Amino acid sequence: MELLDVSLVNWSRGQFALTAMYHWIFVPLTLGVGVVMAIMETLYYKTGKEVWKKATKFWMTLFGVNFACGVATGIILEFQFGTNWSNYSWFVGDIFGAPLAIEGMLAFFLEATFISIMFFGWNKVSKGFHLASTWLVMLGATFSALWILVANAWMQYPVGMEFNPDTARNEMIDFWGILLSPVALNKFFHTVLSGWVLGALFVVGVSAWFILKKRELDFALRSIKIGAIFGVVSSILIIATGDGSAYHVAQKQPMKLAAMEGLYEGKEGANIVAMGLLNPEKQYDNDEEIFIVKMDVPIPKLLSLLGYRDGDAFVPGIKDIIEGYTLSDGTRVPSFAEKQASGKKAIQALSDYRKAKAVGNDSLAVAHKTVLDENFSNFGYGYLEKPADLIPNVALVFYSFHIMVALGMLFLVIFMAVWFFHWKKKLENVRWLLWISLFSIPLGYLATQLGWVVAEVGRQPWAIQDVLPVQAAASSVSTGSVQLTFFLFLALFTALLIAEIRIMVKQIQKGPGSE
Amino acid sequence: MTTYAFLQHYWWFLISLLGGLLTFLLFIQGGQSMLFSLSKTEDEKKLLVNVLGRKWEYTFTTLVTFGGAFFASFPLFYSTSFGGAYWLWIIILFAFTIQAFSYEFQSKPGNVYGKTTYRILLFINGLLGTFLLGVAIATFFTGSDFTVGKGNITNIASPVISRWGNGWHGLEALLCPRNLFLGLAVFFLSRIQATLFFINRLKHEELENRSHKFLLYNAIPFVAFFLAFVISIFLSEGFALHEDGTVFMEKYKYFHNLIEMPVVGILFLLGVLTVLYGIIASILKKSFKKGIWFSGAGTVVTVTMLLLIVGYNNTSFYPSTADWQSSLTIFNASSSEFTLKAMSWASILVPIVVTYIFIAWRALEKKKTDMDDINSDSHAY
Repeated sequence: MELLDVSLVNWSRGQFALTAMYHWIFVPLTLGVGVVMAIMETLYYKTGKEVWKKATKFWMTLFGVNFACGVATGIILEFQFGTNWSNYSWFVGDIFGAPLAIEGMLAFFLEATFISIMFFGWNKVSKGFHLASTWLVMLGATFSALWILVANAWMQYPVGMEFNPDTARNEMIDFWGILLSPVALNKFFHTVLSGWVLGALFVVGVSAWFILKKRELDFALRSIKIGAIFGVVSSILIIATGDGSAYHVAQKQPMKLAAMEGLYEGKEGANIVAMGLLNPEKQYDNDEEIFIVKMDVPIPKLLSLLGYRDGDAFVPGIKDIIEGYTLSDGTRVPSFAEKQASGKKAIQALSDYRKAKAVGNDSLAVAHKTVLDENFSNFGYGYLEKPADLIPNVALVFYSFHIMVALGMLFLVIFMAVWFFHWKKKLENVRWLLWISLFSIPLGYLATQLGWVVAEVGRQPWAIQDVLPVQAAASSVSTGSVQLTFFLFLALFTALLIAEIRIMVKQIQKGPGSE
Repeated sequence: MTTYAFLQHYWWFLISLLGGLLTFLLFIQGGQSMLFSLSKTEDEKKLLVNVLGRKWEYTFTTLVTFGGAFFASFPLFYSTSFGGAYWLWIIILFAFTIQAFSYEFQSKPGNVYGKTTYRILLFINGLLGTFLLGVAIATFFTGSDFTVGKGNITNIASPVISRWGNGWHGLEALLCPRNLFLGLAVFFLSRIQATLFFINRLKHEELENRSHKFLLYNAIPFVAFFLAFVISIFLSEGFALHEDGTVFMEKYKYFHNLIEMPVVGILFLLGVLTVLYGIIASILKKSFKKGIWFSGAGTVVTVTMLLLIVGYNNTSFYPSTADWQSSLTIFNASSSEFTLKAMSWASILVPIVVTYIFIAWRALEKKKTDMDDINSDSHAY
């Protein structure tokens, strides 16, 4: 019998992470710049001023270069569920596949159809038709994000399903429950807003460069104003959805929250860490200090308040989740060992059920099914070996989360400052702010990447929370094959990124005057 | 027929239709495979690139939707084929990935690798994308080396449900002549469709004349390979499904399906004849410009029916040569009734999608494309 190869699972994870991270370099800019160019074209439509048309076409060119890269990386991402995660594809494909299919049928075709009008239709269709096409491209891109984020949210918080032992898979029983799950809705808005913030940063940063160079000032000042206002609105909204994300993580994925905060031992009235340096020697089962240096947010009990809407609520730490704990409402959460035993019981019951069915012993099958149903909520724990398997990379999650939040706050300050100085008509003279705006563009990319690191690394070891760990989700291909494709994709995507950046820089240097 | 069985048939029909549409839209790839041979000057290359570049996303999106719909409606195929025939699918994916940026990047300053590199990537996409997709689809008839054990999920040390029987992971399909016949038939068909598309869309005498010549050169091998595939399939044994759910080999199974499903059989023949009419009429009469619509419609119908032949009438649509009972059918590989029903509601919106594609297509294609059109377009490739 071919045994599960840990290095295969890790290379498969690495390949998926590589593709997802490259994909997410391009997608948020598509979402954000797309809105900005659509707003500008709307202004052109309403005012008839050529400067807005020029601005629209300039941002549209950059949008097009970026969009192509998102498409190239996106197709790999979709098919990797099959190529590298074949067990996953069967075990939850009944639920996960539907959003992908609907995404293709309804969202991708909207984008693909109207993007050709948007790029090639300036002289072939009416102004109104063209404007509608631009907005429909944006709608298609956002609609596409909705479906894939619904699918991702379901992996973090699996709802609307039941396990069918005859088919050995989970099956959908509530489509609307999956689509409208609070985790899905919050994730959708938070993720799309992160794209808007990046788009706003990009527009503000590029416009700042034109102002610094004293080129295309009319275009740049108009663009930077729209970018800054768009950025302020998006940043305020993302704080609200960020709060929603933290709340849902606290409720559904307490281990992820504990990693985000470097919380090993739970407490009532827990504070939020503002910044800190983790002690690399710290493990969940030793007495080392967690932090070398730490500073809390000066609002007491904030973590309990945000996570549970109760300042005195108990927030479990990593050790509590391993050893079991009792919530503030008196509910007891079992330890890892108890969940592991329950998971193994569920897996054995499934095996026994299938054997009983195969020989036609229905009454025995019913008995095993009862055991399976009672223990199914811990099914995935049966594949885990030791408590440490349950803990994600704490340092990676902790630092990613805190840097992301800090950058988000910084962006809000930058947008407000740019808007203020633009309003005061002094922006051209505040060169330090223009330089900061320009250099904030890569920080925007860093923040969006870190957001996904928190979401995905923080939920390890789960492919589907509590139901399927990654090691039970992978395909049976050789490690060497996945290593080879990993490096092939790395080379292709890196070559693509280098070309994309260089083209973008050249297009920006050409400026809108060339359009 | 139960509601569940109806939904399984409905979704196999949609998958088949998407397969037919995708095969038609591969004319983009066919055109790319002729970039360096059909054109003689840079202007001609630019014209070809731009007339194809305005449509490439339709093919790409159809491919993605084909994959997504397969995942949602027949997830066991998705997990078994993609996870098993790993290398075959990875090369196909690679071939399409390199297309996605090559149009947009090739004429942009600072594109690092130069215009020719991107055009070579388009050529590779045209060559490999069509041929390997044909090979992959041929395995629906010829079978693959895999086993499926849903009970494996309870083996904690080795829970993989679908396993491939050899280390070639799909590349072994290239050793089967019948797979190669379909791969080559799809390749040459895509080039035929491309020449017909150029004849229909371009206002360029030299390219039109050359397209007529290329049409003939590609039609001959297409007919030869298509006939070789169809005849070999209809004369061979097929993977049939017994009432008790077991799979067995039935002589002339696919030919029987053609006969036992007369509507499918008649439409299949009509589809083939329509493709041939589009080709022959275009070869014989140079003023006939509408060959693409006949050939295209015929392709959609023929491929759809071919896929219905392999999926309907108690047939395994993804047979296993390693263990017949592991073969996938529309019954054992499908999603649950609830999921198929939910997606069927979503599929009601498809006519709206088709309508806006039609409107957008017409809006851009009111007149034929020439160099003036390309030169006046600020977004030209």
